[in-house]
Amino acid sequence: MAEFASSGCLFFDELIDEQTNKEFLDDIGHTNIDEVDSVQDFYKNIKATSSIPRIPAGTPLKEAFPKNSPLDKIFKNEVVEGAITSLVGSNTIVDHQFLHITFPTKYFNQANQRQMSQANHQDSTIDPRSTFDVQLFYFPTEVTKEMGGTRYHPGTHLRIVNENAIAKYQNILGQKSIVCKPGTIGIFHSGLWHGAGVNFSENIRYMFKVRLQPTEKQELLWDPEKKYQPLPNRALFWTDETKDQTINDILMRSYPWQEADTNRLDKINVVKFWRLLTGHKKMDVDYWLTRIENELY
Amino acid sequence: MAKRQKVLVLYLKFPSLEAEVISWATFDGTGKKLHMTGDTDTPPYPTGLDALLDGWRLFQASQAIPEHPGEEFRTSYLKHEFFFEKLEEGDF
Ligand SMILES: [Fe+2]
Repeated sequence: MAEFASSGCLFFDELIDEQTNKEFLDDIGHTNIDEVDSVQDFYKNIKATSSIPRIPAGTPLKEAFPKNSPLDKIFKNEVVEGAITSLVGSNTIVDHQFLHITFPTKYFNQANQRQMSQANHQDSTIDPRSTFDVQLFYFPTEVTKEMGGTRYHPGTHLRIVNENAIAKYQNILGQKSIVCKPGTIGIFHSGLWHGAGVNFSENIRYMFKVRLQPTEKQELLWDPEKKYQPLPNRALFWTDETKDQTINDILMRSYPWQEADTNRLDKINVVKFWRLLTGHKKMDVDYWLTRIENELY
Repeated sequence: MAKRQKVLVLYLKFPSLEAEVISWATFDGTGKKLHMTGDTDTPPYPTGLDALLDGWRLFQASQAIPEHPGEEFRTSYLKHEFFFEKLEEGDF
């Protein structure tokens, strides 16, 4: 949970079994690339024949997918269910879903289009809530480096920006791209900056995405017995290197793209986020908030 | 001979050209190279000053805007933005 609070993302490599990946691909009519003539027809066909339902926005996740369909099996996976419950609760609702398909170069050449990556953005629209949604990604096939898997920027989730207004940041230090084995699940905080890469391989890249909203406060959903206790203060600057690393080291992690000044505010915002996630309204890490909450006038 | 503009945008770690580059974008008006999002993981220069030393001309830098009272902890866009240009002559 501290990892999610700090970086805004979690990955579960090869979580979904081979059989379910195959069922998902069969269900969407995944086929040899030579048999796919047009991007539009391929989408049209999937929409007409697959078991992926049309889900009205706001539908409870529990009622979203047909029983025993590949997606139903994926969401009933113990780890997926546990992660969802921990982040957005057991009564989460579906905002939307989409099967993202990134086509290789030949389709752009055929259509006489410039093959460009998707610019960096934060999904949906400006979102000043303390509440957060999650976006769950499922990769049914392997994603190699040249397939241009989703680019993302760890630690950006608490920066409030207006959707595509970050498109001018072409490259950001510490940027990562998803490279993974079939069956991998990724979960992003809804504020995480990201964009799709360019597919320079010979194959089609798939990514199934669902955005989920909580219907309850996201406080200790990950610790139902409420055992979490904040750690005591530790020495600052003149530090004790003999002490073991704790979750406070995860919460206080810096990211390469952070400015020298704003990096401190980023840490403060992680502490504020951790206060909401734990329900400990006065907890602090490394005195960042205690120091400035000591207002005596 | 025609002239074309190449634009380099650098975001720095703090508001001085000596600071390290944390984000960058290049737009090439000569049409020789198509730059796009995510095309390179290493900055073109370690600092803003290194861009000057390589002949880039600074033409715009971000202002220091005081934080809004009550919104001091709100974080958003990258702050320290510097726009550079180079003019290239050629037959385009
Ligand atoms: Fe997106």
